[in-house]
Amino acid sequence: MTTRAAGGDRITLKHGAGGPAMRALIEQLFVKGVEDPPGSVGLSAMDDGAALPLGDGRFLVLTTDSHVVSPLFFPGGDIGRLAVCGTVNDLAMMGATEVLGLTCAVVVEEGFARADLARVHASMREACREAGATVVTGDTKVMGKGQLDGLILNTAGVALTRKVVRDNGLRAGDRILVTGTIGDHGFSVLVARNGLELDGELRSDVAPLNGLIRAALAAGDITAMKDPTRGGLSSALHEMAEKSGVGVLLEEKAVPLRQEVRAAAELLGIDPLQVANEGKAVLGVRPEAAGRVLAALRAHPLGRNAAIVGTCVLENPGRVVLDTGFGKRLLAEPEGDPQPRIC
Amino acid sequence: MSAPQIQFRDPQRAKALAAALQRAVDRAGRRMALMHVCGSHEQAIARYGLRSAFPRELDVIMGPGCPVCVTDLPEVDEAVALALQGVRVATYGDMLRVPGTSRSLADARAEGGKVEVVYGVSEAVRLARATTEEIVFFASGFETTAVATAAEILRGPPKNFSVLSAHKYIPPAMEIVATVPETRIEGFLAAGHAASITGWGIFEGFVARHRLPVVVAGFEPLDILAALVRLAELAADRTPAVENLYPRCVTREGNLPAQEQLWKVFQVEGGHWRGIADVPDGNLRLRPEFAHLDARRRFRIDLERLRDCAPDALSEHCICGKIMSGIASPASCRLFGKECVPDTPVGACMVSAEGTCRIWHQYGGAPQWRTAP
Repeated sequence: MTTRAAGGDRITLKHGAGGPAMRALIEQLFVKGVEDPPGSVGLSAMDDGAALPLGDGRFLVLTTDSHVVSPLFFPGGDIGRLAVCGTVNDLAMMGATEVLGLTCAVVVEEGFARADLARVHASMREACREAGATVVTGDTKVMGKGQLDGLILNTAGVALTRKVVRDNGLRAGDRILVTGTIGDHGFSVLVARNGLELDGELRSDVAPLNGLIRAALAAGDITAMKDPTRGGLSSALHEMAEKSGVGVLLEEKAVPLRQEVRAAAELLGIDPLQVANEGKAVLGVRPEAAGRVLAALRAHPLGRNAAIVGTCVLENPGRVVLDTGFGKRLLAEPEGDPQPRIC
Repeated sequence: MSAPQIQFRDPQRAKALAAALQRAVDRAGRRMALMHVCGSHEQAIARYGLRSAFPRELDVIMGPGCPVCVTDLPEVDEAVALALQGVRVATYGDMLRVPGTSRSLADARAEGGKVEVVYGVSEAVRLARATTEEIVFFASGFETTAVATAAEILRGPPKNFSVLSAHKYIPPAMEIVATVPETRIEGFLAAGHAASITGWGIFEGFVARHRLPVVVAGFEPLDILAALVRLAELAADRTPAVENLYPRCVTREGNLPAQEQLWKVFQVEGGHWRGIADVPDGNLRLRPEFAHLDARRRFRIDLERLRDCAPDALSEHCICGKIMSGIASPASCRLFGKECVPDTPVGACMVSAEGTCRIWHQYGGAPQWRTAP
């Protein structure tokens, strides 16, 4: 399936949706023939970022991310906040919670409103303040009308850590934790994009997680971490399970969902486990430390709804088995951006 | 977060029902096969992983429950030909990629044919009102959806609107499947929404003819489990009877005004269902009084130019027909999840959101999952 997913002469939207097709494309095109620097976590790891050894026991962690979102402004955030949080969170997922600096490259479409750009910038500043980070260098380009859709932001970040946390360290027996409600970002953007009017407060969860992760790392042994962005919790768990060589048993009833998300999911026929989060992390924790890490997460304002949602097992490596409360089935990995079913 | 459980999704009650199902199957003392004929039932069974909680001796099989999947090649060909002749064809999104003899409607669109996706018949009528062009609504669906088409026709659509009906009538298809020897079906779960139109009384003749029980079921996991328990009990005792376990929506008579509209506009005709067989009385076609709204009579549909193309080589391995008549499951298809995926479907069962293969794929490819790999 992997070869077929990456096959074809053309790049499709599926190749950017965070699922198997994207991973296959990266593996087959970008990673092939690249040698990672000795002692590092490099491109071949296909983790949230890279970690380069400094020789004094510390690692320099770096990551980069391009951000496109439609609409640019959505309930709970905008592309600016997304760009800062995305990069800060990728660093945090590698265990690097003290951000040394961020870069920001802006590509703007001719005719874009200056006031909107100022609004995006103000929102970046606010997110940086929350993360304790600063944009230290940047770049600005303008492209002709119609050559892009409004605005693209690229951010990169660097941070130091003594202990790199990978996404491939799950072991049988580890408990799986999520740091809060799942699906908030994906559904708020879907609803805003399709102009659907739903009652209740659907807001993106976009937030910098470095403070929360710092607290979790101090509380206990975290074996693996990932932020469930594109492809949602399902993609994150599949990738972690596959790289770690374990199976994951996920308890659906334990996954925290806002009532608004539950309702939107039923209405649109979209699985909350398959849509993006921008302010949540998935953690693998040794069973004896699970209670302590959970308590540390819940003590932080961004982790109040944290929950233990699953367990790693030896059976079915690379697979995620979902216990619905009624029975068990395999969880599917999303293969493209979820489309609402209107009828 | 601690929102009250929706009443029909109580796992504790589900466990009790699963135990009752086991008792019923144990009482039969034999392997038992029960069939449902509805994509929405399969959706719920797969979504909630119900098969993993069914007794091992019980097979719950999806029959011809996907109206899009059973739409036959010539019906798709008619729509494709119309689109290529320059007529605007409006249809449900699911119908777009259903393969015809040589092309699907999506292929026709890529070749410059006019194809519009609509969410229902009323949207197609709105489309017609907004233009002077001819609009043909390529109508698919069982009696539930056919009622909506009938209502629009009786309301008096604009002159440039007509219907190419691929509507199907499910009771005759149950007759066919009940007589397929390979399936060994001991009872049928009837679809609650279709029965809310037709009434459960419609199954009495079927039960008498085939000596098989029928139980009408709703669509929440507990609805399905409760109906299966009752069906397994009736099958275990070899009691041919109709029972209604969806009384909050279904009555014996059904929705009489809806039936009146349905039969005022449509009549049954025999015809081939893809993958199944010729189904006597299985197609719903417009009555002669509505000939002026019937695309088949309004246009000369030229099918010849569609027949010159060899079918796709992969489709020779497609077992959709066996899957739809309940003889095989997606697990026994060599294309399933490999060459045949929702993005590039080979067979109709992977095209439609109501198709068995599409549903299985959406829920992890193995809804019969048990703890062993």
